[in-house]
Amino acid sequence: MSELLAARAQMAMSLGFHIVFAAIGMAMPLFMVIAEIRFRQTKEAEYLALARAWAKGTAVLFAVGAVSGTVLSFELGLLFPRFMKLAGPLVGMPFSLEGFAFFAEGIFLGIYLYGWDKVRPGLHVLAGVIVTLSGLASAVFVIIANAWMNAPTGFRLVDGQLTDIDPIAAMRTPFALHEALHMVLAAFMATGFAAAAIHAAARRRAPASTFHQKALAIALAVAIPATLAQPLVGHYAGQVVARHQPLKLAAMERLERTQSNAPLRIGPFEIPSGLSLLAFNRPGAVVTGLDAFPRADWPSPVVRVAWQAMVGIGTALAGLAFWALFLRLRRRAAWLDGRRFLFALILAGPLGFLAIEAGWVVTEVGRQPWVVYGVLRTADSVTPMPGLIVPCVTFTLVYLGLAAAVVAVLRHQFRSVKP
Amino acid sequence: MSGPADAVAAVMLGSLVLYALFGGADFGGGVWDLFAFGPRASQQRALIEQAIAPIWEANHVWLILVVVLLFTAFPAAYSAATTALHVPLTLMLLGIVARGSAFVFRQYSPPSATLRRRWGRVFAISSTVTPLFLGIVIGAITAGTVRFSDGLPVGGFVRPWLAPFPIAVGLVALALFAFLAAVYLTSEPGDVEVTEDFRRRALIAGLAVGLAAVASVITLGNAGAHFRAALFGSWWSWPLQLATALAATSAFAALWLRRYRLARVCAIAQVSLIVAGWGLAQRPYLIAPDVTLANAAAPAATLRLLLIVLGIGIVILFPCLAWLYRVFKSSRSG
Repeated sequence: MSELLAARAQMAMSLGFHIVFAAIGMAMPLFMVIAEIRFRQTKEAEYLALARAWAKGTAVLFAVGAVSGTVLSFELGLLFPRFMKLAGPLVGMPFSLEGFAFFAEGIFLGIYLYGWDKVRPGLHVLAGVIVTLSGLASAVFVIIANAWMNAPTGFRLVDGQLTDIDPIAAMRTPFALHEALHMVLAAFMATGFAAAAIHAAARRRAPASTFHQKALAIALAVAIPATLAQPLVGHYAGQVVARHQPLKLAAMERLERTQSNAPLRIGPFEIPSGLSLLAFNRPGAVVTGLDAFPRADWPSPVVRVAWQAMVGIGTALAGLAFWALFLRLRRRAAWLDGRRFLFALILAGPLGFLAIEAGWVVTEVGRQPWVVYGVLRTADSVTPMPGLIVPCVTFTLVYLGLAAAVVAVLRHQFRSVKP
Repeated sequence: MSGPADAVAAVMLGSLVLYALFGGADFGGGVWDLFAFGPRASQQRALIEQAIAPIWEANHVWLILVVVLLFTAFPAAYSAATTALHVPLTLMLLGIVARGSAFVFRQYSPPSATLRRRWGRVFAISSTVTPLFLGIVIGAITAGTVRFSDGLPVGGFVRPWLAPFPIAVGLVALALFAFLAAVYLTSEPGDVEVTEDFRRRALIAGLAVGLAAVASVITLGNAGAHFRAALFGSWWSWPLQLATALAATSAFAALWLRRYRLARVCAIAQVSLIVAGWGLAQRPYLIAPDVTLANAAAPAATLRLLLIVLGIGIVILFPCLAWLYRVFKSSRSG
């Protein structure tokens, strides 16, 4: 394995784990706050038990997300110091803002977790709301940094150096809006369906339990709207990518040749002019193909596989969301009783996270060979430190252990909840 | 202060002081978990856990702030440090990961004694190792031995930091954090005998701080002459040295006399003065002797915006932090 590949593998692995921890850490506080608000409204003890259980999950995930995020803030330099030297003054600004959001999250999570008996109920709920909002803000700021790497703005490039730097213009990169929306919705979808799967399984074992019914209802109330909004955001994302990163779009669609009336290929089917229409709203629009770029710069074919996986999962989950809405309208209160629906929820449990990983592969591998699109190549930014395979393997093992421990701890927590 | 680069550097130094006072003490708590022994070992551990649990996440963010400010405001320094000090920084990171996650895993694991003991071990060992490497990194950027030629660190990726002076600074950091933690723990509400345990530990750690500090002064080589000159030859040197000595002896005396609240104030003053003194003597270098505040600074547009953000952030966050500590630390007895 080359040093560059080891560095990329370590970064990819670190982010691959962090994105899951962070997505859960983003969505679970919302569940927790909803459950507590329901408890304050209804005085039903089950909602309180639910809020406390999700609070513990949030605590574990926040801690793991915080330490894995700390690792990333160093790894940017440990692995790609020349990238940070060049881009720090621009990309550092959203990270600084993220630091403050993270601070707020840490402070108010402490108050939420340990303050059940120490602060008034209204303030306790408020602390939970701030945890949720600052968690979302953290994610948005980090995503803005990534958006800038994909569509860098706010500088002039003179002799390989960035001059006339404008950090605010950099944060208004055209990729910021869709990347942030897409990620937040994805976090709600993935965590919502994963939580729904766990409680659906419990509900199949104990159909009389109203506790799991309540949990399911909250998880789906978050997941369903996010799932239905996601295709719209995804479509907008695709159009922005088509305008700013034609190479990535060509890799996603494996479009060999630049052409007008570009077809959309889905498995064995081909929709004439579909891609042109989707990307530019006109059937006759010219879509840039891979042939417009040197072959050495083509991103790995894995981009297309990941892209299809993400869209496929998104479609499947949207189908499930429609099914749930249909049941809600038809059966009203008994909408969560159907064994087949519960089984489908169980099957869908891990899909959201698979889609997140796939989407991350699309955006990151699809950006290669650039670390800052069109400005700095990944190969030119890697550290001269030899033997990068050692930290790569070490951190991989650490993260695998961490993931296993998180699962074990959460399982224990889930089992010890009194339904 | 002259100019935005100095102002950002001052904020970074302030954050480092706060990280030492808050985050450092949490690591120190882990050190005492490792050295918990005697008939009250489990009570000692329980008190440490209870003291740290609600606040360690917020305390940890001071380090993130330092790093983020470093790469935004002084990207060349961040890039040089992460390149040359890849190894100790990675070891420190592994420690941070192990400490934070083991702490929550212990808290939320099944109450089986073995499982909790194992996570407790990981927590305690990583809490002890991390400050060592943090200190080694600080020592290395001070020693004047981290230099580059053709983009590569002179002397390789190990020699510049695996040397007596950085290791001595690592020991200073470890002793300081353990000292702070023990002092804080004496004023946590708890059993009188447990308080006595931590009083003894605080006295021992206080002595260790002194020994490690002397060792670091002795081992500072010729490459660090600038640092020695600034530390002992500036206009502020003697007032600072006197104040630090006064704080240290007062902390010691207060512990001796069981005036725990006073001891806490003196220990805070002592640690703040030591870290701030390091920062003053290190100025204008970020990585002595080649990387300075001036030659590593980001463009003015970034620095100005950063200062505005910091100003707003501090105004919002400090009252929140104050609330956090008031909720959880107001029941302390003096």
